[in-house]
Amino acid sequence: MLLIACPHCGNRPETEFRCGGQAHIARPEQPGAIDDQNWSEYLFVRKNPRGVHAERWNHAHGCGRWFNALRDTVSDRFIETYPMGASPKSETTSEARA
Amino acid sequence: MLEVRYRTARTLPLGRVEVRPSGVSIRPADAEARFVLRVRSTEGEVAGLPLDRPINTVSGDDRRWIARLGPDEWLIGVPEGEADLLQTSAASDLAGRAHALVDVSNRNVGIDVEGLRAAELLNAGCPLDLGDAAFPAGKATRTLLGKAEIVLIRRAGAQARYRVECWRSLATYVHGFLQEAGMGIGEG
Repeated sequence: MLLIACPHCGNRPETEFRCGGQAHIARPEQPGAIDDQNWSEYLFVRKNPRGVHAERWNHAHGCGRWFNALRDTVSDRFIETYPMGASPKSETTSEARA
Repeated sequence: MLEVRYRTARTLPLGRVEVRPSGVSIRPADAEARFVLRVRSTEGEVAGLPLDRPINTVSGDDRRWIARLGPDEWLIGVPEGEADLLQTSAASDLAGRAHALVDVSNRNVGIDVEGLRAAELLNAGCPLDLGDAAFPAGKATRTLLGKAEIVLIRRAGAQARYRVECWRSLATYVHGFLQEAGMGIGEG
């Protein structure tokens, strides 16, 4: 069984979690000022990397809180989990967030 | 998909010879008043129940308990007669702080699972490590049992005494699940 380290609850079984897709997507400061192309990219275009990916996860059947995680999409290994609003400590950060 | 090992026995269309699970009892709990409390800060107490305990622990006793399920979420259980009293004292204890206290007495159903092999029985559908080191007395958390979401509380004391709290509409499923798991235990 895959264990995921919830920042509040510690290591818990994967079945208790929900994945919320790519993390660190900033809403444009002035939505009215950007063109349709950029707006649609903000809404719909997501990375699909082969390798380290920054994702949002929700401990749905536990504390119910959202957090961020760095996960390797090849090995399915969780490199790090960290609270909402925080930045990852790992050095892979720049690749994952670029 | 749950990846735990199912120890539930097969249910036969004509029923089974009654097997009393040895070393474990499954008993629906009496009616009880329960509240969900949401408040950001963990200072102080509510009706004599502490808020500042670690996440995923329960305090109080069997009659009056408070389980901290998340950073700002608690589940409180008190005897049915104390429901009004708790709401009044919570309002005065939390005066001036933004909070939500919701009466979920009719939503929640409690099932007491006790006995030497209670952890083994719960592990038929609960993916948590229920060993003494990982889930000692005083632990409480929301988790899954089969397909249903439950709150699992381990009562204080050396003996394995658990309370399974589930939602009313899932109660027959959860109770049936525990009983079938109990058949598996009975067969050793």
